Amino acid sequence: MTATKNNALAPAERAVELIGGDLTEKSLRLHLEGLPGVDAVGLEARAAALGTRSIKTTSKAWALDKIIGLIDLTTLEGADTPGKVRSLVAKAMTPDPGDLSTPRVAAVCVYGDMVADAVAALGSSHSAGRDDGINVAAVATAFPSGRASLEVKLADTTDAVSAGADEIDMVIDRGAFLAGHYGRVFDQIVAVKEACRRDDGTYAHLKVILETGELTTYDNVRRASWLAILAGGDFIKTSTGKVAPAATLPVTLLMLQVVGDWHRLTGEKIGVKPAGGIRTSKDAIKYLVTVAETVGEEWLQPHLFRFGASSLLNDVLLQRQKLSTGRYSGPDYVTMD
Amino acid sequence: MSFLDYAPAPESTAILNLRENYGLFIGGEFVEGHGTPFSTISPATEKHIAQIANADASDVDAAVAAARRAYDRTWSRMSGSDRGKYLFRIARLVQERARELAVAESLDNGKPIKESRDVDIPLVAAWFFYYAGWADKLDYAGLGPAPRSLGVAAQVIPWNFPLLMLAWKIAPALAAGNTVVIKPAETTPLTALIFAEILQQADLPPGVVNIITGAGDTGQALVNHTDVNKVAFTGSTAVGRAIARSTAGSGKKLTLELGGKAANIVFDDAPIDQAIEGIVNGIFFNQGHVCCAGSRLLVQENIHDEVVSRLKARMSTLRVGDPLDKNTDVGAINSRAQLDRIRELSNAGVDEGAERWSPACTLPDAGFWFAPTIFTGVSTSHRIARDEIFGPVLSILTFRTPAEAIAKANNTPYGLSAGIWSDKGSRILGVADKLRAGVVWANTFNQFDPSSPFGGYKESGYGREGGRHGLAAYLESRGWAAPAVTKGARK
Amino acid sequence: MSHLTVPKTFKLYIGGKFPRSESGRVYEVVTAKGDFLANAAKASRKDARDAVVAARSAVAGWSSATGYNRGQVLYRIAELLEGRRAQFVDEIRRSEGVSESAASVQVDAAIDVWVWYAGWADKYVQVAGNGNPVSGPYFNVSTPEATGVVAIIAPQESSLLGLVSVVAPALVSGNTVVVIASEASPLSAISLGEVLATSDVPGGVVNILTGSAAEIAPWLASHADVNALDLAGAGDLDWVDLQIAAAETLKRVLPPEVGIAAPSVERVTFFTETKTVWHTKGLI
Repeated sequence: MTATKNNALAPAERAVELIGGDLTEKSLRLHLEGLPGVDAVGLEARAAALGTRSIKTTSKAWALDKIIGLIDLTTLEGADTPGKVRSLVAKAMTPDPGDLSTPRVAAVCVYGDMVADAVAALGSSHSAGRDDGINVAAVATAFPSGRASLEVKLADTTDAVSAGADEIDMVIDRGAFLAGHYGRVFDQIVAVKEACRRDDGTYAHLKVILETGELTTYDNVRRASWLAILAGGDFIKTSTGKVAPAATLPVTLLMLQVVGDWHRLTGEKIGVKPAGGIRTSKDAIKYLVTVAETVGEEWLQPHLFRFGASSLLNDVLLQRQKLSTGRYSGPDYVTMD
Repeated sequence: MSFLDYAPAPESTAILNLRENYGLFIGGEFVEGHGTPFSTISPATEKHIAQIANADASDVDAAVAAARRAYDRTWSRMSGSDRGKYLFRIARLVQERARELAVAESLDNGKPIKESRDVDIPLVAAWFFYYAGWADKLDYAGLGPAPRSLGVAAQVIPWNFPLLMLAWKIAPALAAGNTVVIKPAETTPLTALIFAEILQQADLPPGVVNIITGAGDTGQALVNHTDVNKVAFTGSTAVGRAIARSTAGSGKKLTLELGGKAANIVFDDAPIDQAIEGIVNGIFFNQGHVCCAGSRLLVQENIHDEVVSRLKARMSTLRVGDPLDKNTDVGAINSRAQLDRIRELSNAGVDEGAERWSPACTLPDAGFWFAPTIFTGVSTSHRIARDEIFGPVLSILTFRTPAEAIAKANNTPYGLSAGIWSDKGSRILGVADKLRAGVVWANTFNQFDPSSPFGGYKESGYGREGGRHGLAAYLESRGWAAPAVTKGARK
Repeated sequence: MSHLTVPKTFKLYIGGKFPRSESGRVYEVVTAKGDFLANAAKASRKDARDAVVAARSAVAGWSSATGYNRGQVLYRIAELLEGRRAQFVDEIRRSEGVSESAASVQVDAAIDVWVWYAGWADKYVQVAGNGNPVSGPYFNVSTPEATGVVAIIAPQESSLLGLVSVVAPALVSGNTVVVIASEASPLSAISLGEVLATSDVPGGVVNILTGSAAEIAPWLASHADVNALDLAGAGDLDWVDLQIAAAETLKRVLPPEVGIAAPSVERVTFFTETKTVWHTKGLI
């Protein structure tokens, strides 16, 4: 019988700064469990209230364009082929062939082994470290379940980075989290962040998917959000989109509150990405309002906020067409991807 | 462009079909009043909306007589299930005309359309719906078998939730078998008059509900009328006291719903983001024109600075402006008189040494406006910690222990409501037990429901509105064996 | 040699003790025929003031006792009354000038009223309170609780039964009481005080003043630290003035009655405040 060991965790600057040099499973756990609780009824009521904002005319036009510019246009199917990826990329570059003033999306999001195809299809539109252009985000770490050894998950990551991914969307180990092994979850994120390092010393941007639908409680989401930030994530992301419920307005609100608290505490800005289940412009506008009224308008930029979506783009284009032509549009006037 | 400067999103007033002049609603018809008519204005623009009749003593007589006739000949002879059906009809009509009523309410009262549309009017319909079902089940109300109605009820209501207060008064009274003469507040008669049209559409027997507009003297004449069996008043404690005095010994049953200075208690283990929402909702909902407003924040001293900082950040996203804009959070103050009172007490707060803060707000030129305001450094002996301001002004005090929070919360002649914020269930229930308040909200605030009794301890009044308890005010229990005494009585 | 009686001194009952009136005044209590019975303390406004202070300090303890506990305490009073039947019958016979059997009927009725009310202590909440089915994720329950200090003017024509009929119901929910006994027949009231003092009722829960209701009642009616006023026995006084005075602090006021009211649970719930508690309900 051995006494519980307080093993030191893999170093991550933010965690060390906040919790102290003696960063162990125990100290991490004490910190996470000491965070304020969340009242579900109150959180959901606040989200619903934000959802009643009436965004019309000029505000609506601005919002629609902004949404497009924040979309990670996504295909994550077992049946993805190079052809499918090329089609997706073409849509990302030209969302509306009938209106070339339409903004481009922020990124395309594909499986790690399709990154090369995406990069090739983007050609000169690939941002590859520039400020303009479209990024390639790759899901990694045995997405969506995350059930594989750390070695496999890291290999998954390095493959995607080598193939040219600008961003990595990793999944946390939910099993470890729900069993209370916060240190293990922490260490994995730190390791994946390291695996995002390129030969030239730059890092691919890391989004940490919490899979809020499996964490279930809002208290868990708050803890997991803090954990992901402390371990070095650049973005916290709600979902893989493969589990219901995926993104919801209350859960996203909560994650924005965490990001706001982190900013107040350290001055550092972390990004938030709701993914899955956001299909209509009406819903997406609610998210923009929630961001602006919770952490401020400066978060409405691609390096701080993304929508993980596929069908959302077409709904936004339909709304955009109505605003510019004055008449309702239809599915024949927007392209498939 | 700043996204947060949302484009105007006005709710159209085209849905309204207002008259230029409104009469008194007596005996099922609009009739002329004999007092000097007065104007009702929009407090957001000070523009005239309509001309309102003024009931003098003879009009009050006529209204009471109509109510008495309707009681004797029709309403007291009607079965409970038929009375219920009329109330169901009214509930449905309110739902059908909900948008129109919400727009009228915001126009006349100054509250945001978001609130009248999402809170006031739905609750009005719900109130009628709830009491409709009680009308034929009074045996189960816990007041003994076959409790009896009282007769004619005189009801005087305030300006802060005009149509909702009307529903709170009329629905239980009618369900219990009484007829009603009701006087809306002087500054907010509009929705009551549209409601009169709804009563006509519902084909309610004439005289069952009579709506007489007027000011203080109309109300006084009404509550002191000798042919009235029951008086129900919602308004200031000062007027409530006067009514309690003037009805003493008259045999009239009296219920009062008066002022408050509720404590919203935030413990250090509160779900902090939701507590901030609860504080904001507690004092800025309806511009703070709420008797049960959480107008004193009692925050645990060890989290005071953090709470104040988060509160200020949250208040910076409150939108003050046109009540008819769907994005407005805080509307106009209802009247110049009320605005003066809020200013006077706020200035007193500064003079007393408390520190005042408001977010930057551009307030319109016309109309009555007051920016959401908080005072920190408030002590229990400050006026702003004792007197009801009835505006968007929060006084912030601290406490160290649960016992101290309870003592400070209870240390007031008022006792209407209170809020408790904590993640610890045992503490919430333990504190709730000790608070001398008729409504205690835990991890929430300003929740209302027709099935939930509402009313105060101590000088916040007596009697309850809502729920099974709300029927008691309008019924005579057969189990009550005491016959009335006249020997030695003065009147 | 026959036994020479030791006449009892009839003092006030305040805060669990038997003080004389601070004014030093007494008044003569006589039999129905006019013979001298005893000197009873004539309570002053300061006695009333002290009684309210005692009543207020007893509220916290009495109202936070469990219903079960209060019920047992009240039942024990009935036990002690039963044990002292003979004394009460004798006092009523001499004071009211009725027959022994009539006095017995009154004492029996008083004991039964006390037992009836004792049984309500752990039940009235179930009858007067309930859960409310609100339209939202909230736990919502309304329960009655004690209003605080109740000032009572007991029926003036009855020694014991009238007094018990107004005092017992006020105590059920945890209120404390300042009661002005029947001026003409106060002796049973003070004997009741002795019963209370030897029972488990904490001092200050019941305070009994003897003397002139006309003199004392206005001080209680206007007292800001009295929560409710029962004018049961005030029918012959200027009771409307009392009600007007009570309005200043929005006291809950019960108007006078003719005779003695039959036991009713409404008499218990009139002296309660309904508190409705809302609490959010959630899984996540």
